[in-house]
Amino acid sequence: MDDKKYTPVIGLEIHVELKTKSKMFCGCLADYFGHKPNTHCCPVCLGLPGALPVPNKTAIDWCIMIGLALNCKIPNFSKFDRKNYFYPDLPKGYQISQYDKPFCIDGKLEINVDSYKKLIGITRVHMEEDTGKLIHSMVDGKDVSLIDFNRSSVPLVEIVTEPDFKNSKEVKIFLQKLQQVVRYLGVSNADMEKGDMRLEPNISLKITGEKSLPKYKVEVKNINSFKFVEKAIDFEIKRQKEILESGETPAQETRGFDEKKGKTVSQRSKEEAHDYRYFPEPDIPPIKFTDLEIDSLKKAMPELPDEKFKRLQKEHSLSEYDSEILTREKSTADYFEEAVKIGKDHNVLPKQIANTIINKKINVNNVLPAELIKMIISTTQVAAIDEGELEKIVKMVLDENPKAVEDYKNGKTQAIGFLIGMISRKLNNIKLDSQKVKKILERHLN
Amino acid sequence: MDLNGLTLTAVKKGLLKKDFSSVELVKSCLSQIDKFDSQINSFITVCQETAIKQAELSDEEIKNGNDLPLLGVPIAVKDLFLTKDVRTTAASNVLKDYIPQYDATVVEKLKDAGAVIVGKLNCDAWAHGSSGENSDFGPTKNPWNKEYIPGGSSSGSAAALASGMCIASTGTDTGGSIRLPASFCNVVGLKPTYGKVSRYGIVAMASSLDSIGHFTKTVEDNALFLNVTAGKDILDATTPDIKVPDYTKNIKNGLRGIKIGIPKEYATKKEGIDENILRVFGDSLKQFESLGAKIIEISLPHTEYAIACYYIIQPAEVSSNLARYDGIRYGNTRQNFGKEAKRRIMLGTYTLSSGYYDAYYKKAMKVRTLIKKDFEDAFNKVDAMITPVSPTLPWKLGEKINDPLKMYLSDIFTVTANLAGIPGLSVPAGFINGFPVGIQILGKHFSEELLYRIGYAYEQETKFYEQKPNL
Repeated sequence: MDDKKYTPVIGLEIHVELKTKSKMFCGCLADYFGHKPNTHCCPVCLGLPGALPVPNKTAIDWCIMIGLALNCKIPNFSKFDRKNYFYPDLPKGYQISQYDKPFCIDGKLEINVDSYKKLIGITRVHMEEDTGKLIHSMVDGKDVSLIDFNRSSVPLVEIVTEPDFKNSKEVKIFLQKLQQVVRYLGVSNADMEKGDMRLEPNISLKITGEKSLPKYKVEVKNINSFKFVEKAIDFEIKRQKEILESGETPAQETRGFDEKKGKTVSQRSKEEAHDYRYFPEPDIPPIKFTDLEIDSLKKAMPELPDEKFKRLQKEHSLSEYDSEILTREKSTADYFEEAVKIGKDHNVLPKQIANTIINKKINVNNVLPAELIKMIISTTQVAAIDEGELEKIVKMVLDENPKAVEDYKNGKTQAIGFLIGMISRKLNNIKLDSQKVKKILERHLN
Repeated sequence: MDLNGLTLTAVKKGLLKKDFSSVELVKSCLSQIDKFDSQINSFITVCQETAIKQAELSDEEIKNGNDLPLLGVPIAVKDLFLTKDVRTTAASNVLKDYIPQYDATVVEKLKDAGAVIVGKLNCDAWAHGSSGENSDFGPTKNPWNKEYIPGGSSSGSAAALASGMCIASTGTDTGGSIRLPASFCNVVGLKPTYGKVSRYGIVAMASSLDSIGHFTKTVEDNALFLNVTAGKDILDATTPDIKVPDYTKNIKNGLRGIKIGIPKEYATKKEGIDENILRVFGDSLKQFESLGAKIIEISLPHTEYAIACYYIIQPAEVSSNLARYDGIRYGNTRQNFGKEAKRRIMLGTYTLSSGYYDAYYKKAMKVRTLIKKDFEDAFNKVDAMITPVSPTLPWKLGEKINDPLKMYLSDIFTVTANLAGIPGLSVPAGFINGFPVGIQILGKHFSEELLYRIGYAYEQETKFYEQKPNL
């Protein structure tokens, strides 16, 4: 969708739901997916009179870990704010979020796009709470809207990028990488279908070469698949280009994505924009971090995909291709390393393990690493056999099979396979290092 | 013997010595309510049956030799405190049918301490007011003169206690809502340090200013009560984990060597300050001096901005806190909000709006920091401060109802403690034309123990608390 005259300016807002045990501000179970409506609720997440929020320490730690993984700075002072707006799924009439002092700021993430690498700026990463869920349904023949508060106050991390993307492909690659990072950290399942990750691209077009950002911005709300983000962005670029070509400026607005029609539709214009009346959340004291606390969080973080990719490649002499596939998911990489450890005792090389996992598409959840090693041994490993013993048997087989020896000398090189088979049979059909046996045979035959 | 007229300390002794039973005591309070509350209007809900049942259980416990700090003691609770299965209205029609699913932490602590809850007390709706007249359940009358207001917002809490309808009562103080009615009704009222007592389960007014306190007949009673309610609550993130001392322990240590500051901005003749109040205040200073305290004049230079600052921050938080009463839940529409609540919702919504935030809310927060600093500086020089509670005597019902600004100014001496988060204890200091007058003792954060010591010495010398209204 690159165009010479216009350059797309694309930024992202991404919501990631954390998989902490309890909710953001109360002790209710945070796991809501597939549970009976309104069974994971209490005065706090129902916003009852008098109820107060108490922040979930783990959720804050995890938010900061996401920030650190995205190379953000972690300011020593942070706080929560109230975002005031009315909606039936928001029982307090405000959402507890972060406004001017987010937990993480000024980060970046590198992406690999086919032929080039690119740094995407991360504006901020902040912590907030999810809302309840509206369910539009039919009860006693009447159209009704029901509210399920199981999701209310589930911890949500919002990641905002700089408008650094030029096309939908870069966006998709970034999102895949972000999903991978979040999964590596083990802080979210980042499952798009379950709504663990929600995407809001903002798109505008500028005249190529111009430095300043366009005067308008179109936001597309709540898209729940990478594919739809691509489609929505491509659609918007085309739509906005047409408007610009006709000499007009696209309206500043929020649009939604119609999955069936594959296009975006206007939802809310600038004039209808909310005034959220942010102010510091008085029920939660400001949060201060010492450098030591941030350092210890850094140390507690698992190895991230980029580091793991480089380390595996280096430590185990893997190809870039192998290392990339093995580190796509943390579970595969962990499995590989476990197998390498076991393989070491059986002279199974990391490369053999990598090949087997990749080529045989091993299901890392079903096959234990030790079983994988056994499998590799049974298909490739030679039996430990005494050299002298082997020499004897080779001689014996050559004496017993003059026809085959004759054939070989007459140029029928395949006769050597027959001879190896005979040697193997003498050794009760154990698996032999055929290359080695072949060399001994050749020495005798020549 | 009028059991209902006894102090908490006396009641505790009598119950333990089995001079009387909890049932007798509770019944004497209930009969007082029965006799006089139609005139005073201090209760919204009276828990007659459950109170007697609870008293019977308490008597069992006492008989079995068990003791708890408030075992068998009749306590009444401001109707802002959520009580499980007992209607909690915040004195507003919006919540007139609301029956909570849970107890406020303080209510739970009172119950665990053996208290018998006799009922829910009237107040200004949502605690918005200084007179009690903003209640949707009708105004509470001052037991000292029923044509006058008892002070608010905890109007019922002070009036019921002064009328002998309970042995102690709870209240909330966001800008003076405990200290003002305590002063107007000749009872002792504590606004604790912000965060000293949990706010969980209490209908929020302005979250950064709300302090949860109580009313008692004497200073010692007050300390006993705080022993029960104070402390860290895992459900309130603004309660620090600071050890709770026995507040009665050092109460009798006297005033020798204590330095008491008099903020000159509070104690000088100014428009709006009743001269008689300044005279009574002057008398109290002489008492303190004779008790061995050193009186030092100090300055709190930003005092004049306090009301303006308070009336930006407080409505801003109110507007957000009342958003949950959206007309969908709790069964009553937003039309049920009274004028004062609507006024504050509009004020707060306005000052928080984009384009106005910096000029109002942000600036007010800066002023608040300066007011806090005023106190920090002053407490480097003195151990505590004494000021009048109110610039005027109680006023006639209806007198200021159409002049909200005048009503707001009655909090002029009390709001600063809320802005600074420090504790304030209001104690009876005498009478003018038959109306009680109080003084407040202010201290550093978490200095309640010292406030009680000062209050106790003064009270034992003056004994104003012994005077009762003629109902």
